[in-house]
Amino acid sequence: MDVNEKIKVIEQQIENAVDDVKTSKSLQEIKMRFLGKTGEISSLMKNMRDVPPEQRPSLGKLLNALRQWTEEKFDSLEQRLKEIELKKRNSEEKIDVTIPGHDFPDGAYHPNTLIRNELVSIFAGMGFEIFEGPEIENDYYNFTALNTPKDHPARDMQDTFYLAEDLLLRTQTSAGQIRVMENKKPPIKILSPGKVYRSDDDATHSPMFSQMEGLVVDKGITLCDLKGMLDEFARKIFGENVKTRLRPSYFPFTEPSVEVDVSCFECGGKGCRLCKGTGWIEVLGAGMVNRHVLEGCDIDPDVYTGFAFGMGIERIAMLKYGINNMKLLFEGDTRFLKQFKD
Amino acid sequence: MKAPLSWLKDYVDIDVTAEELQKKLFGCGFEVEELIEIGKDISGVVVGEVIECEPVEGTHLSVCKVDCGDKGIFQICCGADNVKKGIKAPCALVGATVYATAKDHVTVEGVMTIKKGKLRGIESEGMLCSGAELGVNEDMFPGGDYCGLLLLPAECKNGEDVKPVLGLDDYIFDIGVTANRPDCQSIYGIAREVGAVLGKKVKLPDLSYNAVKGNYEKIKITDLAPELCPRYIGHYVKDVKIAPSPVWLKRKLALCGLRSINNIVDITNFILLELGQPMHAFDLRTLAGREVKIRRAENGEKITTLDGNEFKLTSDNLVICDRDNPVALAGVMGGLDSEIENDTDEVLFESAKFARDNIRKTARALGQHSDSSALFEKGINEYTTEMAICRALHLIGELKCGTVTDVHIDVTTQYSNLNEKKLEVSVNKINALLGITVPTEKMCEILKSLNFDVKLEGDTLGLVVPRYREDIDGYPDIAEEVIRMYGYEHINGTFLPSASITNGGFNDAQKAENKLKNLLVGKGLYEISTYSFYSPKDLDMLHFAGDAQERKAIRILNPISEELSIMRTTLAPSMVNVIVRNLRRGNLEGKLFELAKIYIPKELPIKSFPEEKLRLSLGMWGKYGFFDMKGIIESVAHSLNTTFEFEPAEKPFLHPGITAKISCEGEEVGYVGQLSHTVANELVIDRAVIVAELDYDKLTTHAKAFRYTPIPKHAEVVRDLALVCNEDITCGQITKEIYSACKYVTDVKLFDIYVGAQVGKDKKSMAFNVTFTPKDEPIEDKVDGFVKKILNNLKFKLDVTLR
Repeated sequence: MDVNEKIKVIEQQIENAVDDVKTSKSLQEIKMRFLGKTGEISSLMKNMRDVPPEQRPSLGKLLNALRQWTEEKFDSLEQRLKEIELKKRNSEEKIDVTIPGHDFPDGAYHPNTLIRNELVSIFAGMGFEIFEGPEIENDYYNFTALNTPKDHPARDMQDTFYLAEDLLLRTQTSAGQIRVMENKKPPIKILSPGKVYRSDDDATHSPMFSQMEGLVVDKGITLCDLKGMLDEFARKIFGENVKTRLRPSYFPFTEPSVEVDVSCFECGGKGCRLCKGTGWIEVLGAGMVNRHVLEGCDIDPDVYTGFAFGMGIERIAMLKYGINNMKLLFEGDTRFLKQFKD
Repeated sequence: MKAPLSWLKDYVDIDVTAEELQKKLFGCGFEVEELIEIGKDISGVVVGEVIECEPVEGTHLSVCKVDCGDKGIFQICCGADNVKKGIKAPCALVGATVYATAKDHVTVEGVMTIKKGKLRGIESEGMLCSGAELGVNEDMFPGGDYCGLLLLPAECKNGEDVKPVLGLDDYIFDIGVTANRPDCQSIYGIAREVGAVLGKKVKLPDLSYNAVKGNYEKIKITDLAPELCPRYIGHYVKDVKIAPSPVWLKRKLALCGLRSINNIVDITNFILLELGQPMHAFDLRTLAGREVKIRRAENGEKITTLDGNEFKLTSDNLVICDRDNPVALAGVMGGLDSEIENDTDEVLFESAKFARDNIRKTARALGQHSDSSALFEKGINEYTTEMAICRALHLIGELKCGTVTDVHIDVTTQYSNLNEKKLEVSVNKINALLGITVPTEKMCEILKSLNFDVKLEGDTLGLVVPRYREDIDGYPDIAEEVIRMYGYEHINGTFLPSASITNGGFNDAQKAENKLKNLLVGKGLYEISTYSFYSPKDLDMLHFAGDAQERKAIRILNPISEELSIMRTTLAPSMVNVIVRNLRRGNLEGKLFELAKIYIPKELPIKSFPEEKLRLSLGMWGKYGFFDMKGIIESVAHSLNTTFEFEPAEKPFLHPGITAKISCEGEEVGYVGQLSHTVANELVIDRAVIVAELDYDKLTTHAKAFRYTPIPKHAEVVRDLALVCNEDITCGQITKEIYSACKYVTDVKLFDIYVGAQVGKDKKSMAFNVTFTPKDEPIEDKVDGFVKKILNNLKFKLDVTLR
């Protein structure tokens, strides 16, 4: 068979092989068969030395053309196969995108922590430092220094847990006020959050709860300043349109003393179940720091005045989140806890 | 403090409605916690006159014609035994509301509306009422307790509303009085505030009396405990005639919830309500030696109070004695033996001031509380003590129930405070504290309305404080009086225009706590908060030995209950209780943490401030196991830029094989483990519970400041090593040896454990990713050498081979 015929046969074989190739793997096999070192085309090339020299250039041309034609043929086939295979892979990998996503559940902060941090950030912005005093206090810091001597009837306002004759569980974070004023002189702006304890246990009272106490002592502080600061607090915690109202009250460590109500953020002051129809909700106690308290801390009450306010963190949390029973805050029920994603 | 509107009107001309008065009192510091309308359930009941009355044969009923004036004449069937022609009685018309009573005709069972009806076939258009059906008892109106009809005076006009006739158109203000105002724990005290807030004059109760001079048998009063009894006034009344009190007096007591006893006792109770001064009347016949001694009780001395309770006293209790024995527990309750009897004919009235904290302590210690002790605890002023005795003597005269003698014994001690209090305050200072300018005339007007004597000179207010206002002692008190009457609505918010700028925010410790909480919440844990106290039983629950450190807990001297009686020394019981509660409620899995204090005494019983230490408590249950918890704990270490070591350990409540001690740089910082099967069985829980507790304060001392480490210039190399070792070799031992064999090793991670046929009996295989980090030179070609060294070291130290 002459070379030309052989070329024709190979061409035909390639055409046939290409038609049969369905995968990249079999393409590799026929590539080897025709283009490999010992492949059919290479064998023809090797036969060149048996060809008379004058025919060699034209034969060389023919064989090169064959090799090129073959390579192109295979390349385009490879391209086609890749596309097919990609398509197939994509379709095999197709997912139902409507299946729910995998869960990486978040934890949650205790509502008290959420409120505490919110309050701290409000007051920190106004220049308040945070101070945390001990929970176990003595009579002096919890009562006497706060203008509540032993025979004072105000001691009945809060039933105290005693641990020893002169040691008790603090009934108010105000105890921390004195510790601050003993060590720091005005200007003072502190916020004192923490646990406090009173011998009370029912649906609206818990023997342990948390308070946040604020104290400002400086020159020329007025009752109007107290009101201004509380207005700001109320707007940020309960909403822009919320107003505050002061009304007379009594705490031994402040004079004048006030109860502070906020306009009901549920009904806007029209009266609803939350505010018991009054349009107002009691949120905290406050007042101008009593002269005796300042004197006891070696701060001259004729030079400096100040105000203090104290609120129950649980109470704010219950109001803000609509929690109806204080007990829930201390039970640790996960169905309750997981809701606080603030 | 309960104040009936009708009673307040005795002193002040109140020309506003009860609701308006409520608002005004609220504004000036007296919150009306409840406004009780006496006859709020009664309506449509008028005065009816029975003009015909025929018995219905074979029944207890009578059929009556009742003349209700302009309302008409109605046929009413009535079963009362005192119904007869000519009487007047309350007549509930059709549509009226009255109380429905039970078969006993006394117990109220609700409110009913009167309908037209038939009794035994006889038409009845309304109902004639008893006192109980209108909520009126004997003290409120004579005949109120009678089971038949409540008979009305003949002068009542037919058809007129019975509510004013029976005093059912009255209101009671239940007022919250703050602790600084004991002077307002009385009707008259409230009346003074009402007068001030309405701008009306307040009428002083009549204190006049006629004393009859005579040569009376001597009465002696000695105050042997002046520090507990600064003032004691006694007055002798003779020819006493014990009798029922008049209607007006009974009614006033009844409105305030007190039962009428007899004229003398009622006078003392009336004054307790009217003036807030508890009084006592001794039957002089029973006072041995006609003598009163005020002294501390002897230890072990006994008294029986008039409610029949016997008490054993100590020297902390103050008693009133006759020559021989205690006759009253001072300020709390009279003794049984000196009680007023029906034949009492001479009386010694007592009006005294006792030290408020002593009365409080006695009342608490003995569990004996009375209206009298409540008032003394709040504080009595001597102005009222004097006033009360005069008022009692006036009432003796008014009730004509005795002869007031001139035997008046006033024991005033050095502890007594009779001086008028004078103050000079600056108008400017008041305004500076308030932050507004109150017109000076207004200021003076307010203070005068509150019975201050006011003299204005320039900026200075010269004030004489009313004697009953012991709470006033400086200009801030005056500022408060001014603003509460002027109105807090005048206070406008300002924003510290004169204050210095200060730098605020969390300190480093608080920031670190927040960072820890952020980490744990990010890992899916919920934060809990539990009580700082629990029960010794909670320590039993976790099998703590009797001499365990955790048992050295501070006891609360006056706990609410044994359940909440010791300050916690470990957070574990609280965490376990929360987990058990969750499981019982069907919450089958969860991850929790609490950052809270424990309280460690320096000595027991404690004498000094104990240590308050922050602990981090962790708990997981349900699908979570030991290594989930350990992973969280390792993240905590990571966040502090440190590492923890874990080694097997034992805890009384944890699984002996699944418990580790946690250390940091050689110091023990906590533990982690699975709740033991014993404890789990006792708590009836069938799911694995993993708990851990870390000493947060110690942890913070190991925290390292974060610093940037330069990224290596050359790539790290990671090799996987599958090793075979004896079964008792731990991952921790192998890891430690890998690190120690080569300083280029920066990370060793276990990724597989295999136990089985392929490695042989008593053997296991563990596979690790070991990371080598280059320093200055590339290390690709050195790693084979490192691995060889590591394997040699493992073989030598732990007999570990490559698989």
